[in-house]
Amino acid sequence: MSEKGGVLVVAEAIDGALTPISAEVVGAGKRLAEEFGTTVSAVLLGSGLESAASTLAALGPARVLVADDDRLADLQTDPVVATLAAVVASEEPGAILFGHTPNLREAAIRLAYRIGAAITTDAIALRVEDGQVVMTKPVFGGAAIAEYANDAGPTIATLRPRTFPAAEEGGPGAEVERVEVPADLGSRTRVVETVREAVTSGPRLKDAKTVVSGGRGLGGPENWPVVEELAGALGAAVGATRAVTDAGWVPPSHQVGLTGTTISPDLYVTVAVSGAVQHIAGCSGSRNIVAINRDPDANIFRHARFGVVGDYQKVVPALTRRIKELRG
Amino acid sequence: MKIIVTVKQVPDPDIPPTHFKVDEGARKVVPPSGVAPVMNGYDGNALEAALRLKEKHGGAVTVLTVGGPEARDTLKRAIAMGADAAVHINDPTLVDADSSTTASVLAAAIRKIGEYDLIISGRQASDTDAGQVPLGVAEILDLPSVAPVVSIEPSESGLRVHRMVEDGYQVIEVGLPALLAVSSEIGEPRYPPLRGIMAAGRAQIPAWSAADLGIDPARSRRTTLRRLYVEQREARVDLIEADSPEEAGVALADRLREAKLI
Repeated sequence: MSEKGGVLVVAEAIDGALTPISAEVVGAGKRLAEEFGTTVSAVLLGSGLESAASTLAALGPARVLVADDDRLADLQTDPVVATLAAVVASEEPGAILFGHTPNLREAAIRLAYRIGAAITTDAIALRVEDGQVVMTKPVFGGAAIAEYANDAGPTIATLRPRTFPAAEEGGPGAEVERVEVPADLGSRTRVVETVREAVTSGPRLKDAKTVVSGGRGLGGPENWPVVEELAGALGAAVGATRAVTDAGWVPPSHQVGLTGTTISPDLYVTVAVSGAVQHIAGCSGSRNIVAINRDPDANIFRHARFGVVGDYQKVVPALTRRIKELRG
Repeated sequence: MKIIVTVKQVPDPDIPPTHFKVDEGARKVVPPSGVAPVMNGYDGNALEAALRLKEKHGGAVTVLTVGGPEARDTLKRAIAMGADAAVHINDPTLVDADSSTTASVLAAAIRKIGEYDLIISGRQASDTDAGQVPLGVAEILDLPSVAPVVSIEPSESGLRVHRMVEDGYQVIEVGLPALLAVSSEIGEPRYPPLRGIMAAGRAQIPAWSAADLGIDPARSRRTTLRRLYVEQREARVDLIEADSPEEAGVALADRLREAKLI
């Protein structure tokens, strides 16, 4: 039985595995449902979803709805929106939550416009006030915070990854229900191929416990090895500011920031990074930020726990050598 | 190819954080004196992408904005860069329009312009950082959309584009007409050449109102901005001092070890 006015969360699988953001969205959905005295239904779309669906069920949503269809394999926006619109029409949720991910944010926005609802994208907090969901979101590149409430339709939000506590896996959970996929499901976009850019070295940026980033202050791509060597000594993932990826020193997949990857490592070391608000928006969840910059007024120092004001060309090689000694 | 580019005028995103102020009562940013508003960065990339397509494959580029009288400067800059025509939707009732209203207004204006093959927008504006207006326009006009796009080439079926995904990109075929929301990787916007600046000086830019487009902003609003504020931060950085930068590097490593971070 569906419960009208419940919370619908949209989960996501990549290569058949449930993504970490899915557990975060279920977690956020559960807290919202508790406040409203309702329940969470989770919907998963794609193809070959058996294992991802059981992982999703173990996260404890009251219902697990699965649309498993070859036409949804690439998560193209047209078939995803058509399927979700059908689910929303039958479930009539009061709130719909997505991860703010490359695969789903486009579909989330189009779904909102299709059903005449408002949407808040890249939300970092949700709370209930006067019976309404208030969504918090950084604006102006993170320089200010805005709080929005919807005036029409269900509350829809995409949630910034690595910001909301994830739901924990428990018992086997609810039985998986199959969703009827619309018969005329088509897509006006077609994926010819997916090209994965090889990670040059070290761990993946978004999951790394330690990240080292370089900024435009390095002066040029010929100085990039200084960043890589420090990352190598720390066993860290390598990140970059938007200025650096736009200049083509490293591929766009290395970008940390509002329009790149959001990171929340234990240790984030920045080399010649000024700390533009759009960069801070992607790294403010870091537990400890270290700044090395020659400009004592650089914004990055307002966010750092440790800092060195000085020429990175002299500071960083010495830092790298000493870290190698200390880590043996 | 007939291309429409949507642009937005925004506060200069390079305003130093120490000069960035909001009026919490009015829920608005206080424009710092002496810093002129600019064309949204990604919209500059969108216009650049359109101009490159036009130069390579022929066609015409029309830019479209919703904004107050001062937004005309952004349209003039677009013409100076090489756009063929511009339309200014200028209506005091749209000053605080939400994304839903803005998307409705743009979609209505695009219908009124009539013929087009492609709409190119920036992936998001640097003020609201929402990224929803272009996709809202695509939904209202029932067009296919792709976002964020980092390269565009004509193909047999329409366009072949690269769409950013985690760790790489997808190669996507899409038929026309379509809407693409582009990211900065697509190319730096050009500086306006002198003859462009002169053309912009002479350009006739029609101004349309919400009523001209049959839009009632009071009815299309769907969101309330409840609060807008700047988070106060106290600098609490522990600056490592030493006699030389090399010694500071060593001392930093020792401090990180002390704090059990390495």
